[in-house]
Amino acid sequence: MRVPPLPRALVAGAARGAGRLSKRLGQGGGTSIPGLILTRLRPQATAEMALAVPNGVVLVSGTNGKTTTARLVRAALDASGAKVASNTAGANLERGVATALLHADGADVALFEADEAVLPKLIEQTRPRVVTLMNLFRDQLDRFGELEHLADRWQRAVAGLDPSCAVVYNADDPAVAEIAAAHPKTVSYGIDDPRAGRDRLPHAADSNRCRRCGVPLAYDLATIAHLGRWSCPECGLRRVQPDVRATRVELHGLGGQRLSMSTPEGAVELSLRLPGMHNSYNALAATATAWALGLDGEVTGPAMAKREAAFGRAERIQIGAVDVITLLAKNPAGANENLRTMLLEDRSLQSLQARGPGSGATHLQAMQPEDRSLHALVLLNDRTADGQDVSWIWDVDYELLLAGDRLASLTVGGDRAYDMALRFRYAGVDSSKLSVVPGVPAALDAALEAARPAGKLYALPTYTALLELRAVLAGRGLAPAFWEDQ
Amino acid sequence: MSGGVPAVRLCHLYPDLMGIYADRGNIAAFRQRLQWRGLALEVVEAGIGDPLPADCHLYYLGGGQDRDQLAAAGDLARKADLLHRVAGDGAVVLGVCGGYQLLSHGYTAADGRRIPGIGLLDADTIADPDRLIGDVVADVTLNGETRTVVGYENHAGRTHLGGGCTPLGRLRKGRGNNGADDCEGAVAGRLVGTYLHGPLLPKNPWMADVLLGWALDHAGSSLDLAPLDDGLERAAHAAAQARAGRKR
Repeated sequence: MRVPPLPRALVAGAARGAGRLSKRLGQGGGTSIPGLILTRLRPQATAEMALAVPNGVVLVSGTNGKTTTARLVRAALDASGAKVASNTAGANLERGVATALLHADGADVALFEADEAVLPKLIEQTRPRVVTLMNLFRDQLDRFGELEHLADRWQRAVAGLDPSCAVVYNADDPAVAEIAAAHPKTVSYGIDDPRAGRDRLPHAADSNRCRRCGVPLAYDLATIAHLGRWSCPECGLRRVQPDVRATRVELHGLGGQRLSMSTPEGAVELSLRLPGMHNSYNALAATATAWALGLDGEVTGPAMAKREAAFGRAERIQIGAVDVITLLAKNPAGANENLRTMLLEDRSLQSLQARGPGSGATHLQAMQPEDRSLHALVLLNDRTADGQDVSWIWDVDYELLLAGDRLASLTVGGDRAYDMALRFRYAGVDSSKLSVVPGVPAALDAALEAARPAGKLYALPTYTALLELRAVLAGRGLAPAFWEDQ
Repeated sequence: MSGGVPAVRLCHLYPDLMGIYADRGNIAAFRQRLQWRGLALEVVEAGIGDPLPADCHLYYLGGGQDRDQLAAAGDLARKADLLHRVAGDGAVVLGVCGGYQLLSHGYTAADGRRIPGIGLLDADTIADPDRLIGDVVADVTLNGETRTVVGYENHAGRTHLGGGCTPLGRLRKGRGNNGADDCEGAVAGRLVGTYLHGPLLPKNPWMADVLLGWALDHAGSSLDLAPLDDGLERAAHAAAQARAGRKR
């Protein structure tokens, strides 16, 4: 027997109630449950609600950076005076989007970060006005299958877009660029600062062959993993000159960065409180998206500049005497950028010290010698949102932590603490420095204890380990719960 | 590279193409387990168009995406004769995931396209739309000794063995070669193919040492593989086994 779908208003009311209940019962922030219930009872609800948003839907997707980019676009939209519905807490599956739409009454525009595997479905349901395609890195092999299959699905989804939809895309990602370039209306972005590059592709490069003809791509600038200025020596396919491009990237360790951009409206200078070149890409994506939305750069730039890192993305929290810097590490490309950012921070300290005694810089001689020892807490979970296959940790350059013989303590925890411990054992970490503490609260305490003399601890959790860590900190009154994060 | 007596020379085939399932971890296991014993591993990388060295003791071929596997297959065909010769002379050959398929007769992809292998292992693979994904526990017999090996599998291929090789392991958990006959991997002399990654060797130090022992033997070395403190490896092995036991 076919049951006719229930009326939307009735279903929506019940679903909202379930969200409030979930929050009250301490099961989370009610960021997904209402949408899950709603779409079960009335599958077409997402499409109906999306259609009702007057200025349309913006989708932001990619393996890395979608949360931060959506936050930056949100800041730009807020500054423009628009009323925005969005799923800022990272609830980026269909149910999270449906939940956000449930609370979209009175919104002018809807902005959603979309899980990369769910993007094709969300494109179909929400018929977006702008889609921002950021990057495709290797992530969660067990869930997504192989990268190229995901790229094929994106390609079909883009082919099904309305021609009036603007596709904002990362010109530096060859797979993404090839997919997006087929669309009639696009805005591209990329990095054009030769000093931002590395001389060769790192080993964790995922997509370094031409999607059209299969031969290895050539790069005259490689930035992150397989991103850069690429060209195919066989078929001549090459990266276009991006519409929005960074002509100068100046990284200031964990403190942030300064970007000089060239846009269709002219030159833009942007100081960001977000560290690392991955965030340069996020800022470019947000700038290009804001431009595609017709927002005024004079207004949106300063709003983006004020944005702090999303929770767990180079976030600093003081716990007692220890400054804890949390860097989400969920796949090789993201984790490698975070490690580089963190060591860049430490290197700037190092060069300061190197100019100390004996170098003629007398004002530095008075400085207390700083404790240069490095303390780290690495948390590895393997839940659905992390991926059950933890092979990826072997493609992260954790060896960087061993440089300069500064690593003083390394605490590993999470559901797969022993896999992480072996990763470090086979990287050559001395067993006397390595502690395995499976539970997250206990691992945090052990790491804090070890880091107390140095006053600084780097925490590198996977996504669900970050949620656990955040819950522990919230329980101790040290951080807001994740759903309260904006 | 740190010091140590040069003991084993390893050829890593297509490290950039066939390396998506933590193949670096297997190489690291070989390297460190020699280094902790004062011995050294020399690694020679052989990519597309590179000559295949004939004087290695151990040849390693990892897993890749279908497209990369196809590119590697074309090149491997040109290296096949030499690989057959060194394998015949007693060199160790280890293929993981796609590498396992390339060492056997071939792989028929979901779209019907055939990716030929080099027929070193008497096995053949046909893709199925349903991927076999998850934790694996298998009893593996090598050198007449049976031990439990743990790993993770993720493959579309259904592999069936011919008479020229035997299953590497008998499954206790997981799907293995084809999800039907309780067999995992294939072995013929010193040729080993397996779907287990995660990576395979750090959590299964016994198997790493068996392969290193064979490689040392092929090198004509009288060096011994002294026992190591494998406490952490044993704990990781036990945790993986407990985890697999909780599921299914």
